[in-house]
Amino acid sequence: MSEIIIKLFIAAILAGTPLLFGTVGEILTEKSGNLNLGVEGMMFMGGVVGLAGSYYYEQLVINPVGWVSITIAIICAFLCGAFGAFIYGVLTISFHANQNVTGLALTIFGTGFGNFFGEVMGNASGASYVAVSATTKLAFSKGISGLSAIPVVGPLLFSYNVMVYLAIAIAVIMSWILSHTRVGLNLRAVGENPATADATGINVTRYKYISTCMGGGICALGGLYIVMVTCSGVWVNNCISGYGWLALALVIFATWSPLRAMICALVFGVLSVMRLYVPLGIPMQIYDIFPYIATVIVLVAVSFKKNRENQPPASLGNAFFREER
Amino acid sequence: MSKTVVENKEPFVRIAKRTDISSSKALLIRFVAVLLALITGGILVFTLGHNPIAVYADILTGSFATKTARAETIKIAVPLLGAAIAIAPAFKMKFWNIGAEGQIMAGAIAASYFALFQYDSMPKVVLLISMGIAAFVAGGLWGMIPAVFKAKWGTNETLFTLMLNYIILGVEKYLQNGPWKSPASSFPKIAMFEKIARLPKVFGVHIGWIFVIIMVFAMFIYLRYCKQGYEISVVGESERTAKYAGMDVHKIIIRTMFISGAIAGFVGFILVSGSDYTLTESTAGGVGFTAITVAWLAKLNPFVMVIIAFILAILDKGSNTIQTNFKIPASASEVLTGIILFFMLGCEFFINYRLIFRSKNGGEKQ
Repeated sequence: MSEIIIKLFIAAILAGTPLLFGTVGEILTEKSGNLNLGVEGMMFMGGVVGLAGSYYYEQLVINPVGWVSITIAIICAFLCGAFGAFIYGVLTISFHANQNVTGLALTIFGTGFGNFFGEVMGNASGASYVAVSATTKLAFSKGISGLSAIPVVGPLLFSYNVMVYLAIAIAVIMSWILSHTRVGLNLRAVGENPATADATGINVTRYKYISTCMGGGICALGGLYIVMVTCSGVWVNNCISGYGWLALALVIFATWSPLRAMICALVFGVLSVMRLYVPLGIPMQIYDIFPYIATVIVLVAVSFKKNRENQPPASLGNAFFREER
Repeated sequence: MSKTVVENKEPFVRIAKRTDISSSKALLIRFVAVLLALITGGILVFTLGHNPIAVYADILTGSFATKTARAETIKIAVPLLGAAIAIAPAFKMKFWNIGAEGQIMAGAIAASYFALFQYDSMPKVVLLISMGIAAFVAGGLWGMIPAVFKAKWGTNETLFTLMLNYIILGVEKYLQNGPWKSPASSFPKIAMFEKIARLPKVFGVHIGWIFVIIMVFAMFIYLRYCKQGYEISVVGESERTAKYAGMDVHKIIIRTMFISGAIAGFVGFILVSGSDYTLTESTAGGVGFTAITVAWLAKLNPFVMVIIAFILAILDKGSNTIQTNFKIPASASEVLTGIILFFMLGCEFFINYRLIFRSKNGGEKQ
């Protein structure tokens, strides 16, 4: 029994990590008052460009090194996600375009971008698909050697790949920055009431741009995770398949707290893998909609009890027009 | 103290709202935006080693040259336009319904029930009408669920409608793998509809295109000249004003979302009965999402939606042609759609605002 629980826990962590990246990235974005519905698109962009980074690095050098490959992939994915968010930022922050529609446009663009370049790279490779070598694949999947051999604690705490620890680190650091630093306070002020923040001398536009772009970059790492870990370094068309949208829902589930996001990602991880571990005697397709039903329940629950602590940033979704008072 | 007096300059560029732009100038700005988008896409095509002009020409011939191609293009445009019309009233009310995808699916499932299990119990016209009504009601109810919660408790409708998309998709997958699976096939799929459950063709394209054109006019009149359309606008502008004027805001929200979902559901019926002749998990196939951008770019004007839906349909159909002729992946159409959307969204800024550059005599530009 405990064996199954340990396995379920590990599988849930592995399944929840891309969601954690997406959720934490979107929390950072939304804290500045920008609701970016383009998470799915940015994940696609980050996934394909991160894969491209590793793939072309391996083509260039004779003996590719695992950690270099990982670093390149992470940087490429982050920058590409930030670029997608930057397009969104220019349109919504500077050009006052509607945030919902711009985010959807980013999703359409990013989905096309990912599938397009995934296929272009596949065609160019001669094998009709693009895949990284075993070195990179191993680097993306192995846990902390030595420590993971400890019974029970080892697999539970140290058996994960480097991206899992990165996601947790980002969540913890972001939580600290948001609630314990001047920068975090300013950012929250921008999201709650940009006009007031502007009056106190905070550069609203700069805060919005930086948090949106960094948030996009972090979301993109979730896409990289799906490509490199879930799909083991092979580009599969439409591989993100709704994870970006789930992350958007998780932001509400986590009530805009990066620390709660970790727990929520774990819960969603459990929900998405439990059909393999917890037989309930219901059809597989019904298991698959559990996370979405859970989100709906949470949405309704959050709206029922209007807790002052758990509300979205007050200016979320609205453009800030400095000249308009 | 040294003389470092900082001159308090005006910023280099500032922006001001404008409402006086002539419609021809606004049209010109939009035209330039599309042109710039096509150039950006062209640069992308060029870097892949193809001639952009040849590729664009191929998109046009691929979607227009032959009668079949034209019919195919219209077939793509019809559901897109229908779904955009479905979204219009909700968006006018500032109810961000991004669940058209799921409402289409709900309608498609309801219509399929009649097509698969009731086809032998009634004549063709009655069957088709039953399918249409079932789809209409199912889509409407599926759209009403988030509206009830939004009206009563203010539940976030963007994510609620989105989640319902995945839930109804799961239901479809369940039906496809379980109770509705075709016994004749080892692969989990639903049987093709009998001839009796298929929409007839008019001028080479299923009759859905006529339904959609009727919807264009009806929605235009509904939003512009009906009392209910007026109520929708007021609720969209300010719920408080609506309440003050004595409108039943809850009722309006719920009613409008029923209409929005019902039209989307009807589009689902057109899709299964007119073009696919069966129900699959990709029946909606992203139409609900693309339609949002169609509706928005048209500023919720049904007649403008016709044009935009056609442009996107041409890109979609043409991308299949360039895939065969140039080996450019068909997802290029999504990339290009995205680029056009970005430019169109960006150009609205230059229509609504004026840039005032700093200069000696306060000269202004655009």
